[in-house]
Amino acid sequence: MSDTHAQTVAYVRDSMLPEKPPPIAEKGAIKWLRENLFSGWLNTALTVLSLLAVWYALMAIGPWLLNTVWNVQSLRECREVLDGASGACFAVIKDRWHQLLFGFYPPQHYWRPVLTLVLMFVALAPVLFSQVPRKMLGFSALYPFIAYHLLWGGSIWLPVSVILGFVLGYVAYRLLARFAPLIAIAGAILVPVIWWIMFAAGFTSAMTSVAPIGLDFIRSDRFGGFLISLVIGVSGISLSLPIGVLLALGRQSDMVFVKSVCVMVIEFIRGVPLITLLFTASLLLNYFLPPGTAFDLILRVIIMVTLFASAYMAEVIRGGLAALPKGQYEAADALGLDYWKAQRLIIMPQALKISIPGIVNTFIGLFKDTTLVVFIGLLDPIGLSNAIRADTDWNGIYWELFIFIGALFFIFCFGMSRYSMYLERKLKTDHK
Amino acid sequence: MSTSDDLRIKTTAPKPAFRLSMLLYDQRYRSITIQVFFLFMLMLGAAWLIDNTVNNLRALGRDFSFAFLNAPAGYDINQRPIEYNSQMTHGRAALVGFLNTMILAVLACMLATVLGVIAGVLRLSNNWIVGRLMTVYIEVFRNIPTLLWILIFGAIMTEAMPAPSAFRGDDPAASMLFNDAVAVTNRGVYVPSIMFLRDLGDLRLGPVAPSLNWLLVFLVLIVGVYANKRLIEHATAVQNATGVRPKTWWKSILILLGPVVVIFIALGAYLEYPELRGFNFAGGTHLRNSLIAMWLGLGIYTGAFVAENVRAGILAISKGQTEAAFALGMQPGKTMRLVILPQALRVIIPPLISQYLNITKNTSLGLAVGYMDLRSTLGGITINQTGRELEGMLLMMLIYLAISLTISGAMNVYNSRVKLKER
Repeated sequence: MSDTHAQTVAYVRDSMLPEKPPPIAEKGAIKWLRENLFSGWLNTALTVLSLLAVWYALMAIGPWLLNTVWNVQSLRECREVLDGASGACFAVIKDRWHQLLFGFYPPQHYWRPVLTLVLMFVALAPVLFSQVPRKMLGFSALYPFIAYHLLWGGSIWLPVSVILGFVLGYVAYRLLARFAPLIAIAGAILVPVIWWIMFAAGFTSAMTSVAPIGLDFIRSDRFGGFLISLVIGVSGISLSLPIGVLLALGRQSDMVFVKSVCVMVIEFIRGVPLITLLFTASLLLNYFLPPGTAFDLILRVIIMVTLFASAYMAEVIRGGLAALPKGQYEAADALGLDYWKAQRLIIMPQALKISIPGIVNTFIGLFKDTTLVVFIGLLDPIGLSNAIRADTDWNGIYWELFIFIGALFFIFCFGMSRYSMYLERKLKTDHK
Repeated sequence: MSTSDDLRIKTTAPKPAFRLSMLLYDQRYRSITIQVFFLFMLMLGAAWLIDNTVNNLRALGRDFSFAFLNAPAGYDINQRPIEYNSQMTHGRAALVGFLNTMILAVLACMLATVLGVIAGVLRLSNNWIVGRLMTVYIEVFRNIPTLLWILIFGAIMTEAMPAPSAFRGDDPAASMLFNDAVAVTNRGVYVPSIMFLRDLGDLRLGPVAPSLNWLLVFLVLIVGVYANKRLIEHATAVQNATGVRPKTWWKSILILLGPVVVIFIALGAYLEYPELRGFNFAGGTHLRNSLIAMWLGLGIYTGAFVAENVRAGILAISKGQTEAAFALGMQPGKTMRLVILPQALRVIIPPLISQYLNITKNTSLGLAVGYMDLRSTLGGITINQTGRELEGMLLMMLIYLAISLTISGAMNVYNSRVKLKER
């Protein structure tokens, strides 16, 4: 019986039929439409509603946006050109773009902020992309001084004397390292501080009188527009990360006192609006500092914005530290690493990697929050839009300015969030 | 050679003398040294700051006192949730500002939650066009500063809305919405308000005097909610005992709404509609442009962030849960409501708390459109008039801090109640 089955099959097909095309409803655009737009009555209703909303929005904005006027000098002329039709008057951007971007920075010096911005990308490249040669990190370290000199100008010897302080600190460290590490660290901190307090001013004035090199000095109150947002945003971002790391470590520390101070600082800063801190910078800081101290408003704002962002950064990084498996800490201990080595080599890289989305979110938030400086009288893009409206030529123009400013912020913030996604993908090591 | 006695004597641990260097190099003492050093530096810094402040105040011939809170304010506030006029004190003005801040924060939190949940769920929809639309909404609002959105909504309200005069005439250019109930004008939105024929008077409570009518309504509502909760508990008990859940929906509606309706009828409640009188609308409740602009600006802006939190929360629930629900034969809608959302809420709530805090803190941007919140009253006009920057800022910061800590405390209690109870 069992050996007969081969013959029980009467017929076996030995040639394949050609493939038939799928039914018309199961391929191409129709299938896609059926699956993605009209898969049920609810979906169909949503599709129709969305299409109606899009249509309505296009009808409301489209004609206005397509019918633009670029070549006039005032809103009145613009209305004459439009002659009652609906249309956008982007002439205001053409007329005032330099103000929205640079504030009242002298036009013959516009190349300086532009060069600073270009150099910023050069300096950022080795930090952001690992393919760039590591040697360029040296330029990144030098960049803050170059940027300061390009933007504000003045004698070149001021930034040079500050750099010299760091160089002296390094030299002191190398010389003293032979005796004891602790003395070396103390020397590396003390020598530059002594240099900056006692000798830097003399060195600067002496060198300036000998060799007066440098760019024209430009006062802070000439800064404005997007330039000010970028200066405050970028300094706040770069300074808040290290301070945030320190605060987060302090909050995770076993030392009760350090921990409670860090908790209080973080909770206080996170509990009050940024505006109150900015007002503190503009109204109260001269109460807290020795009589007669007066320093730049932009600098004060940078300090406050940095403090503010650091507290948020600390919480984000604390989340990363908490998410790290306990085994990582134990492994560091097992290797006999001391606290700072363990943090630097094992804990922090992983914690920072986990918290990338949060860190970038804080960056984006900080950059957007730079618009709040309008409340203390700095002319950021929003402050300048008010100033432009105060001019009789452009009194009553709103949407074009808002669109321009909004688009600028959108490009920067959207760019940052896309970069963070790229970074997350690149650093991803698990195989989920 | 050696006996056990010798060994024992030799193995007693040596007691090293305390050396100064151990403060730094011995694990046992180092943390104490660091903390003492840290404390010392901190106190030095604080002393320096306080000393500077005292010196500066003395140089200016000023004292540090909160007496200005009892002086007449002398300025008007356009939105008054409680009785206020310019003859009342700075303290009273600050209270009005505080109430305005809270009103705005509550309204904006509600809008942000509703919008955020809808947008977050819809962004994950199978419907391609709806998903894209929600992505556009979220990305556009997240990447443009709040302040700009507040100004945009402010400009929409004042520039793009019809003037009250447009409502006049036989063939008006603009008309009121919802059967002549709501008027949207460039001076604000006018909505009907509930008035009572019989007034029970006010309850005198020191600084505030709430209306007894509204207190009664509020009380009845609370009792109704409590009774409804008992009803549902009872229904659950019956279901556990018999397996059949009694129908409760009509009882719930009756318990929740019935007493309130009775109270409204007993007090003679009626709706007062806004009417065009003279140059402006009169009657009804006037929602100022500043409030609307702040409300929409903060609510829609933060809604985009809430949407991302909701989406992250839903994506955090493993796919197996959905598949299990489908295997049980549940509809997609029911799956979302009964299986996914309850679990996702645990992930969503902590970031939601910080969004609520952000809204509360961002109400301080009211100055941009002239909303008279705490920052504009106590932190703005009062400081400008009295010159008490230090005291005013300190008080304002403490109030904001108290609000923030209260919200995060209350929400944390809620969070710990819905948290996954693990073994």
